[in-house]
Amino acid sequence: MNVSVDYIAIFIQFLVGFGFVATTMVATHYLGPKRKTADKLASFECGIDSQGNARLPFSIKYFLTAILFVMFDVEVIFMYPWAVNFKELGSTGFIEMLLFIGTLLIGFAYIIKRGALKWE
Amino acid sequence: MFLLIFKIALIVILFLISLGVAAYATYGERKVAAFMQDRIGPDRAGPFGLLQPIADGVKMFMKEEIIPNVSDKLLFILGPCIFMITALMTSAVIPWGTAMEFDGVKYGLQVADINIGILYVFGVVSLGVYGIMIGGWASNNKFALLGAVRASSQMISYELAMGMSLIAIIMMSGSLSLNDIVAQQGQGKLYGFIPVSGLNWNIFYQPLGFIIFLICAFAECNRTPFDLPECETELVGGYHTEYSSMKLGLYLFAEYINMFVSGAIISCLYFGGYNFPGLEYLSTVLNPNLVSIISFGALFTKAIFFVFFFMWIRWTIPRFRYDQLMKLGWQVLLPLSILNVLLTGGGLTIFSK
Repeated sequence: MNVSVDYIAIFIQFLVGFGFVATTMVATHYLGPKRKTADKLASFECGIDSQGNARLPFSIKYFLTAILFVMFDVEVIFMYPWAVNFKELGSTGFIEMLLFIGTLLIGFAYIIKRGALKWE
Repeated sequence: MFLLIFKIALIVILFLISLGVAAYATYGERKVAAFMQDRIGPDRAGPFGLLQPIADGVKMFMKEEIIPNVSDKLLFILGPCIFMITALMTSAVIPWGTAMEFDGVKYGLQVADINIGILYVFGVVSLGVYGIMIGGWASNNKFALLGAVRASSQMISYELAMGMSLIAIIMMSGSLSLNDIVAQQGQGKLYGFIPVSGLNWNIFYQPLGFIIFLICAFAECNRTPFDLPECETELVGGYHTEYSSMKLGLYLFAEYINMFVSGAIISCLYFGGYNFPGLEYLSTVLNPNLVSIISFGALFTKAIFFVFFFMWIRWTIPRFRYDQLMKLGWQVLLPLSILNVLLTGGGLTIFSK
């Protein structure tokens, strides 16, 4: 099958989704009642007046998780081309990948040992 | 030209099916919950409450739209839009059935048969994280922000194990295209000798991979037992605390569409997609278009079963604590999926000779 047709089809699917979302957003804007008060527009904090801004620093753990994700995800992506050609590469390819995974696991053991994944 | 018209028709039909399934999944969820807790569930709107999803939809539209003063207005609107569009786009590469035939030309029942197939799904699903993160951050509300960072942290953590468990499947099929992966499961005999055609499903070769993939799918969809981003006992409503009217509706709707699509993808990867025992026989006696519709029915049934399974788990298993969730993702599922890759590699190297 012609490849470009497939990508055009994906674009059309995007347009359908976009059209639906845009219509919904406009419709809901005009359909609902509009009786706005200052209390209603304040940000919700269990009924009490909100204290300060929510743009606060949060736990470094989330940031660390994101950094580790980027590293590991790149390694997973490296494995995809190998997996597709696994049968052609044969046992040599498998042994080479064992070395790669071994290195990966050493790094993984290191981050666990340093407590990067410990949540308290 | 006819090809393009066929594709557009397919896209529109799939879009309507996704929306219909999502709407009736909300009804189904309430009925399943009611059944499991020995209640009746919605029964006022129409017979057996069947019009309830429509009533809910109309209600969502008619509610007042509130955008908090302190929020970042543009991003606040953009968040649910991104989440919904990504949810609607993931279904593009799923092969929904055997090829249809018009004037002797075959048309695959798939919006886009691209050779990177499953990677496309991963790419689009990852964009969904932006929908949650942008929405939660733009709300400028502490609960929403915490829910959003939890959600994104959880989704990226489980994506690793998900990608790893998929590698085992790709090693077996030697292709990233979902069309090839499904077609291969319809050929050959199970374990090489069991004489039932159309049952050569990956689940029988990859049980461990399937369990890892299923758990990760739960975490990706933010469903119980991994629904910490919207954990109401700690975070009010999680990342959509500040949302109202149809913007909230889009978030909730997209979650159900994601459930349906992940059910379909699990079926394609592990349960033979549209294949079922007897498909080969049917395709010799019936009109190809009819066979196509029947095979679509098979995939649809499998996907709906998984949607039901998602609900079943929701009312059976309690929620994890966040440190347990992270520990499961990183220290249990990730090593297990690497082990699964090694086992598959070893097995394929030994048995292919």
